[in-house]
Amino acid sequence: MATIQFTDVTRIFQRDGKDFLTLDQINLTVQDQEFVAIVGPSGCGKTTCMRMAAGLEFPSSGTVKVNNVVVTEPGPDRAVVFQQFALFPWKSVHENIDFGLRSKGLPKEEREKLIAHYIELMNLKGYESAYPHQLSGGMQQRVAIARAYALDPQVLLMDEPFGALDAQTRVVMQEELVRLARKNPRTVLFITHAVEEAVYLADRVVVMTSRPGKIKEILDVRSVREAEKWDRHSKIEDVMDLESFVHLRTRIWKSLREEHAGTDH
Amino acid sequence: MTAPLNRKQFWRLTVTGTVAFLGFWYLARLLHFSPPQFLPMPHEVLIKMIDLLHNPFAGATLPEHMLASMKRFGMGFGLAALIGVPLGLAMGWFRWLDDVVTPLFDSVRFIAPVAWVPFAALWFGTGIGGPTLIIFAGAFPPCLINAYRGARDVDIRYLEAASMLGVGSFKTISEVLFPASIPSIIAGLRIGAGLGWLSLVGAELIVASSGMGNLIVRAQSALATDTVMAGMIAIGMVGVVIDVLIRKLERILLKHRNA
Repeated sequence: MATIQFTDVTRIFQRDGKDFLTLDQINLTVQDQEFVAIVGPSGCGKTTCMRMAAGLEFPSSGTVKVNNVVVTEPGPDRAVVFQQFALFPWKSVHENIDFGLRSKGLPKEEREKLIAHYIELMNLKGYESAYPHQLSGGMQQRVAIARAYALDPQVLLMDEPFGALDAQTRVVMQEELVRLARKNPRTVLFITHAVEEAVYLADRVVVMTSRPGKIKEILDVRSVREAEKWDRHSKIEDVMDLESFVHLRTRIWKSLREEHAGTDH
Repeated sequence: MTAPLNRKQFWRLTVTGTVAFLGFWYLARLLHFSPPQFLPMPHEVLIKMIDLLHNPFAGATLPEHMLASMKRFGMGFGLAALIGVPLGLAMGWFRWLDDVVTPLFDSVRFIAPVAWVPFAALWFGTGIGGPTLIIFAGAFPPCLINAYRGARDVDIRYLEAASMLGVGSFKTISEVLFPASIPSIIAGLRIGAGLGWLSLVGAELIVASSGMGNLIVRAQSALATDTVMAGMIAIGMVGVVIDVLIRKLERILLKHRNA
């Protein structure tokens, strides 16, 4: 059982001696093995939510709990996939994946088995000894995802993991992540500003308001996906053509549009 | 700075500068600026250098003097790098260590290496110990400061990734801070090696009974200007070789990184 629980989470930033409210009364529970995506206008604090679950930042008031324990520091039970990959440039693909496994104190044979498994799963075969700068952006992000999954974390936190990729690579990565997520369900908190990505990947989509970030609405995608059998299609473009998908996407899109209009004047 | 010159222009200017310098040197002698025993001609210095390769002066040949200096340098600089770099990295990671070491370090590092000479001679003698301490005093601060700066400037993303992976302090220092700081550490080693080498010759002028500094100060007493100058050129040459070797080390350490 792995849950993420935000209770009355508020976050205040201080700049030039003034207080800025960036997150206002966030209440959200991500259930065990549930995939929740948070979408929102830039600067709404969605990344801060993920970083608080990771233990990289802390709320000004309220609590963030993972497995009913208040988060106090980062740890391998909550693996993070960063937007800018954050692979170690001086370590090869193999060494990057191995670094966390060594820290867990796993014996060598077991580590090698895990590494081989995720290298295979993420289509990285033949690149074990390559260094990050020798790989394309998409491959680097696959290494970062392999590194996170190999830790066997209870919770996966992803911060716009495909934001830095080109459109084609992005689609391939989204399909791979769906494959991985359905085969290997984990509790996932996924941050993105791409509405289609959120609807395609998530069980529930959380829409946030512009700053100060509040939860505007939460949409249940899973029930629609299961009722309309989206998973019979393996290609993202086929799913994106379905009426039920378009309907949800447009609905979220309009909701976000209102937020942008609110900040424009 | 103006645009870089092409290779041909570069060599033309380099050769012109060198030839002009040697020309002025010969001219000074031809115009009797200085008595011959105080200003030997360039080729005489070169001949002296070759002669010193097998004919001893002040009890040893030039290579033997060099070796004596290099040994002391190796000890002092090696010790400075071996202590300074890990300590600097650890200070960049553990706040408490920073608070313990920095005030002490800041008050000691402005003592010029040569000012350590009397103390070093009293405590460690004039053989290998005293000069080694003086080189250490010269080389240690840049080694430590640059490792510390490097560690403090490491991209926060790498530290966040390491903490997320559950990596402990020791491995974070050795496998994240150290590799991320290599360019800064190498810059520190180069400055440290330069200062160490300078301090060494200064120390040998005063306390040692062998080595390059001792060679030139004994040659001065004997009014052997050609030997003094041959020794000076050899000191400069060794300094350049040390710097080239450290830069080579940097290329080896960074061979897997893109620029």
